[in-house]
Order: sequence, then C-alpha cells, then structure tokens
Amino acid sequence: MEHALDITLTVNGTPVSRRVEARQHLVDFLREELGLTGSHVGCEHGVCGACTVRVDGEIVRGCLMLAVQANGCKVDTIEGLSDSKEVGELQRAFHERNSLQCGFCTPGMLMAARDLQLKNPAASREQIRAHLSGNYCRCTGYQAIVDAIEEVLHGKS
Amino acid sequence: MGKAELPLHAPGTRVDKGYIGQSVPRPNAKRLLQGRGAFVDDLRFPRLAHVAFFRSPHAHARIKRLDFGNALKSAGVIDVFDGRAVAEYCTPWVGVLAHLKGIKSPPQHAIAIERACWQGEAVAAVVAESRTQAEDAVDLIDADWEELPAVLDMDEALSGRCVIHPELGDNICFKREHDTGGVDEAFAKADLVVEETYRFGRHTGVCLEGRSILADYNAAEHTLTVHHSTQAPHMMQDVFSRHLGIPEANVRVIARDVGGSFGIKVHVYPDEMATAALSVMLRRPVKFVADRLESFLTDIHAREHKVTIRLACSKDGEILAFDLDDLSAIGPYSVYPRTSGIEGNQVVNLTGGPYKHQKYRAKLNVVFTNKNVTCQYRAVGHPIAVALTEGIVDLAAQNLKMDPAEFRRRNLIPDDAYPYTFPSGVKFEKLSHHQCLDQLLGLMNYASLRKEQADLRGRNIFRGIGLAAMIEVTNPSPAFYGVGGARISAQDGATLRLEPTGMVTVMCSVTEQGQGTEGIFAQIAASAVGVSMDKVRVITGDTGVTPYGGGTWASRGAGIGGEAVLLAGRALLSNILDVASKVLNLEKETLDIENNAIVDKLTQEKKMPLEELGRITYFRPDILPLDFQAELTVTRHYTPREYAFTFTNGIQASLVEVDTDTGFVKLLKHWCVEDSGTVINPMLVDEQLRGGVAEGIGAALYEECLYSPEGQLLNGNMADYVVPMSGEIPDIVCAHIETPTRQSQLGAKGVGEAGTAGAPGAVMNAINDALAPLGARVTAMPFTPERILRALGRIA
Ligand code: FES
Ligand code: FES
Repeated sequence: MEHALDITLTVNGTPVSRRVEARQHLVDFLREELGLTGSHVGCEHGVCGACTVRVDGEIVRGCLMLAVQANGCKVDTIEGLSDSKEVGELQRAFHERNSLQCGFCTPGMLMAARDLQLKNPAASREQIRAHLSGNYCRCTGYQAIVDAIEEVLHGKS
Repeated sequence: MGKAELPLHAPGTRVDKGYIGQSVPRPNAKRLLQGRGAFVDDLRFPRLAHVAFFRSPHAHARIKRLDFGNALKSAGVIDVFDGRAVAEYCTPWVGVLAHLKGIKSPPQHAIAIERACWQGEAVAAVVAESRTQAEDAVDLIDADWEELPAVLDMDEALSGRCVIHPELGDNICFKREHDTGGVDEAFAKADLVVEETYRFGRHTGVCLEGRSILADYNAAEHTLTVHHSTQAPHMMQDVFSRHLGIPEANVRVIARDVGGSFGIKVHVYPDEMATAALSVMLRRPVKFVADRLESFLTDIHAREHKVTIRLACSKDGEILAFDLDDLSAIGPYSVYPRTSGIEGNQVVNLTGGPYKHQKYRAKLNVVFTNKNVTCQYRAVGHPIAVALTEGIVDLAAQNLKMDPAEFRRRNLIPDDAYPYTFPSGVKFEKLSHHQCLDQLLGLMNYASLRKEQADLRGRNIFRGIGLAAMIEVTNPSPAFYGVGGARISAQDGATLRLEPTGMVTVMCSVTEQGQGTEGIFAQIAASAVGVSMDKVRVITGDTGVTPYGGGTWASRGAGIGGEAVLLAGRALLSNILDVASKVLNLEKETLDIENNAIVDKLTQEKKMPLEELGRITYFRPDILPLDFQAELTVTRHYTPREYAFTFTNGIQASLVEVDTDTGFVKLLKHWCVEDSGTVINPMLVDEQLRGGVAEGIGAALYEECLYSPEGQLLNGNMADYVVPMSGEIPDIVCAHIETPTRQSQLGAKGVGEAGTAGAPGAVMNAINDALAPLGARVTAMPFTPERILRALGRIA
C-alpha cells in the first residue's frame, strides 16, 4: 500500500490498530475494515449526515474525516451506543413513533439527537429542527423524528 | 400531533379481530435503529469484485476510440470492458408497451456502444478488487470523442430539426390525444375562459441509499443470485433471466433492506444490468453502488413538463370543460420495462380529476432529448395533473371573485354519484371529495385563517392559503402494465405457516422499503389468525422464498399484498381449526383462535394453546385420524380486476408566508385529508403522507436538475441540488376519511403517493394567493426566490 500509515484508536471502547491508506475516510474505515456497517454513506460530500459518528465526544461527518486523523481518538458509532444503551431512550421513542421508514438516515439521526441531548437538553422544537438540519431524511418528513426527540428531552407524549 | 382519531375498524368492512386500525410500532424497525440492517452495501462476500463505470462527459457524442491500456495496468484491476464485450452476455432492451399506442424507443445496451446519448451514460466498466481501485483506473481510461449536436430543449426536440435517433424518424417517443367532443362548443358558450402555461422542473428521487446491486453468479450451477436494492424482485428476476440468458428458475433476487426507493428503484438501469453481466463474465460476485454524483446523473429523473391548460366556466362558477396541451421530455430512451410514456399518459388521465365537468380534450407529446432519462417517480403524473388542475381552478375562482373553497364545493363530484366514469375514461368506484373538503376546512379553521390573512395584509405581511383536491391511482390491475405486454405482476401472494411453536411465518411478494409493509402484514396476519403480533414473523423481498408478485409500486402494497395476507390468514385459521376439531373431538364451528390459543367460540374458554396444536401436528400426527392430513401452510393470491385502478381521493392545504423583499417562502403549516379506504396503521399512514408531502414540497420550492445549454448537469450533488431538510418542512396535520373499497375484504386503498401528488399544487396556490394582492403570479416550479422576485418585478 502506497501512502499507508499505522493508526491506533479506540472504537466503541475497544482498542484497534490497523494500517490504512492515507486517503481512506473514517466512515469507509469503520465500514470496510471493521465491518461496522451501521454508519451509512449517503453523499460522501458532507451534506446528508448519514455517516455521522462521534470522535472524542464531538459528532463529525465520517466522510469528511480521514481515518488517519482519528489516530489516538475515541470513536463511537451507532453499534457502540446501542450496546451501551446510551441511545436506548431515543431508540425507544423513535420506534414507538415510527420516526424512521427505510432507516438509512437513522443511525446518523440518532447520533445527532444524542449530541443535542447532551449539549442542549432544554432544546425547543425549533432548536431540535435546527440541530437536525444537517441530517437528510427522504422518507419521513421529519415530524416524527422531531416528535421523538422532543419527547425524550421533555418527557412529552 | 397526537395519534389520529380513528375507529378501530373501518365502518362497513368485515375486519378481523385485533390490530387493524391500530398504531402499532413496526417490529422490523428495531434492527435499523441499531444500525444492524442489511442494506446491499453492508453485505460481505468472498472474492467480491467492485465495478466503477467510465461515463460519457458529453450529452451526445460518438465514441471514436477507447483505450484501456493504462487502466488495465492500474493496481487491483481485474478487467475492463466496453459495450460490445458486455453485449455478448446481456441483450439490449426496448422500453415500449403495446397499450401505449405508437410508443417508440431504440434498443438500449447495458454499456453504450458507438454513441453516448446523455452525460453520465456508462461507456466502459472497470472491475477491480476494491471500488477505490476501480475508480482510480476509470480515471486512466483514454477516450476520443466526436461531439454530436445535442437536443436539450423540449420544443426544439418536438420540431424535429435535429433527430437524436435517425432510425425513428423524429424525436417523438409517444403522443396521445383524447377528446370527449363538445369542447369547442363549451368554450364558446362559457362566461369565463382562463388559460395558463405551467412549467415543471425536472427533478429526481434522491434516495439516501444509492442504487445498489451485488450479483453473484455460480458457474457450476449456472445460477445467479442478485442482492438488489429494488422494489420489484420478481420483475427483476424475469429481466435478468431474459437478458442474460439464464433460466428464470436459476435467478434469485433478494431485496433485504432498501434505503428509500420512491419509484427510483423499480426500473432497469444499464449499469445494474452490466453488473449482473460482469458477474457472469468473471464468474465471481460483483458489486455496484451508485455514488451520489452518479445517482444524480443516472437515477431516473422525472416531471419535465410544459403544459398549457384552459378552463371554461359559467359565471356562477360551474366548470364546463378543460383543454390541455402537455409537452414532456424524457431523455434519449424510454425506460425499460415500464416506459417513459406513463407519466404523460397519467397527466391526460387525471387532469380535472376531482370535478364533474363532462367535456375534456387533451393533447400529449413526449419527446426525446439528450439529458438523463426520466420515468416513474413517486406519484407519477399526479403532481403535474393536480397542480395544473388546481392552479387553473384557483385562477378561475379569482376571476369570478369567488372563494376557492366555495368554487371547489360547487364543482367536486358529489359523494353520492358513484360509480362514476370520468371524461378521460377512468372509472371511480367510490370517492368522498365533499367529506374530505368539509373535514379539511374544519381542521385548518379555514374561515379564521382567511380573516387572519386579511388582517396581516394590512400590515404588509403576505400570507397565502392554497388548496389542492386530487384523485389518485392505487391498487392497479393488470391494466397498468400487464395488458401492454410487460411481465410485471399485478397479482401478489402470501404464504402463511403455523410453526410447531405456535408462531406464524408470513412470506409475501410485496417488498418493504421502510413504508411499513412488513409491519402491516404482521398486523393483518395476527388479526386474521387470532395470534398476538409477537407471534408473527414476516419475510419479504426474496424470489426464492415468497410467492410470485409485483412488489412495491403504484401504492399497491397494502391494498393488494395486504389482501393476500388477509385471505391466507383466514385460510390458515380454518385449517388450524380443522386440526383442533380432530384433536379435541369438537365441532369445528364451535371453535376459534383467540390470543394464541384454541378457544370455544361462544364462551372464549381456552381449549388448547397453539403451540400444543403445533407440536401434535408436526411431531405426533400419529394420533390424528388416518384419513386426515393437517395443512398448516397456506398460500393465497389477490389481484384487483373489477376496476382498472382503485382510485382514492384527498385534499391538501398549505399556509405560506412570502417575503416580498427576498422572495423566500416560509411554509407555516400543511394539512392533508386523505381517503385511502381502510386504515391499517394510522401512524404509518400519517408518516407516509408526511414524507410524501415533504417530497412534493421539494418539487414545489427547491428541487430541479439544471442543465447547461451543452447538456451538462450543473447541480448534480447534494450541496447544489437542494432537498428539504428538517428546518424547511412544517408540521403536517393529517386526517382521514375511510371509504373502504368493496373489491377486497380488507378494504384498503393505497396511500404511499398521495402526499407527493397533492403538495406541489397546494403550495403553488398558497404562494399565488399570497402574491395576488400584488398582482403577481408564478407558474414555473420550483418557486425559487429568484422566480418570485421576478414575478414581483423586483428583479429583471
Ligand atoms: S455521507 Fe457523509 S455527509 Fe453524506
Ligand atoms: S428513514 Fe429513509 S432516509 Fe430517513
């Protein structure tokens, strides 16, 4: 491999070492090298949010960050947050309100929603919509997604 | 928004116990919530090869020379093929249907041979060990082109000055004329004639998951297994078999999780056919996933229309006639196998649809151009027909100084007029326009909104209210495709099996793309058999497993597939009771199934759990009478045949505010009242409607595939092609009238496309209502700030 580098990072709590091509994006690394296919690729140019993952506590677009840039970082994906139950409440609300149809956007939506829950738990409906405005969903019309997040943040039904 | 208020069972239908009409969550959504779905790109195969395509940079050009020398030397490359090489394994196709009289289109190859007819058409395929390596090698292909004149404008195409396919004689793919007679007379005696020309921007589906296919040919068995992000597995099984020369029984198409489809994934795509051929050629699995840029260049586009419509009416607001002239451009080929003539044909069938006029004339021309192909995208033709009709209806009302709701009330077909034959020839079983209108006006508080609007106008705030009534094609019979010779099933089937554990397995030919098909099938099966939903497992999307059927398109999943599940569920119930009667030595008529157990029908006394019945049937049949054989697997099918289509109706309203300084439109609220017959799961239906409305809003305000004068797609990426995000879409209020179809036991009609069908017209009317006091009107979608400012005379 030309332009390959060794990286060590923590993915969903587990240390991982790999030799990766310098040009490989983080989301491709997660999907192709680690088989973590829950993070999706919708546009590869930073618009749709399907590839959203968390790096050192901040959500990022996995298609705009290189795997080598995650060297030494702590990366969390939907699989990890599901197993740790960190997004369990959100998943329950999404399920009960049918806040997903095809589900392709859903892991990214949940990452963004969790980020909002951590950073602005008092967010209004408008702020929820604004926080999700980088996550494209073609199926739902967004309303049930906003409803579910609002319910989790404010205990509304 | 709370849960919709609905009766548990639709009035008048014979509905089984249990879950029908309830907002139960979809069981299959859980894996998607954890990122543990199985989209095609998530699958892992040994020896998997990846293909990337070298695509034409020109709208129309002859391929003078293709040099693969450098590409073949590139790291990881397995092989590189041109159109001729692939054509040896995959025969070309022609996208015509016999019932669209006179439709024509040239043969189309998986990979272009000699000539490329749109920017983005694949002209070579590179197969490599990874997609990245394949893409690297694509960049190394050396090509010489001779550019040919490109036909891009519809009128230019119609003129025939430059013919794209000389062997066809002209650029007209399809034309149709329809005339009830008496139209000129009606216009002559009318008190008011209004005429307007509407333009619709070519746009596309933008499924979040790109088109994806993984073809796996087994040379030893001469079998092809295709993992495909598709809506129609059996149709694709036939197509792969036919064009690759593999017996149909040897082709298996599996569509597991599909990341959105909206009609985009129901067509035959050349690059997907090439991928399947490459798997045969290379005797190994080959995968193609369209990236976003390829998706914009090659996913079908839709709805490029320019339509002039005239309406004649009396001074008291009675519509007398419509006269329509539609010109539509479809790219260089009619798409196989559904054709690109259907969209325009639907515009002719549906224009004026909700109203009771008797005179109608329509002219349609569908022309070839050198842009990407267009074909059926969610709501096919409806958004055009609805916007035209409702736009011109509003203009007539405005001229008569009549309230648009009142104008509609005078003209909507009365609710007691059914069955009814519309002047275009389509037949309505039973619709409920007036009930829907009344419900909508109440729901949105129409009168007080009008008052608020008037008050705000005094303060230079320009709000508009737009209505759009509509009819919609659902549950199509073979009249849609089968009669034209397409091997597309209008029938669907369901197999239900009682397992030894008392579980019920459902296998159905209708597929799931997120709309909740599997969820409602579980509801219907559980209700019909008498088990709880946690006892039901649903399998769809596998030609090797399910009965044969059409899949998901034209709002048919619930109405057709759901009926098959219901019929199979009732048959299974009966067969289970046969067994129970033998085991318990009781009359079958005295027994029933309730809550996973055989019960006494009258007393509901529990006689035997289903798992006990299952155990005996499968493991101790020796204790059953010798002359009795239990049958705990049943299959039933259903095709609607009485009506060509089971029409639904509905009405939408949009409330907008237009900023007259910036031209920006703020959507404040949207309402949708829909009659889709029996509602199986209100929560799913409402989300379908909302998602559809959002797509319609995209068409009305944001989305257009823009081409340069040379035929280059200018905004083929998600940054430049604007789709609605969460900040743009308002809350959408949904409500239902339920007029079940009498053609089926379930009574369900389709609903998947209604939102998309009605929203553009409602938004357009709302904007024009807001602009009316300023003397401005817009008629070209999408209604960008630029177009609105131009209409206002703020910019040149
Ligand atoms: S795939 Fe990363 S933002 Fe779309
Ligand atoms: S659920 Fe399909 S894109 Fe959001």
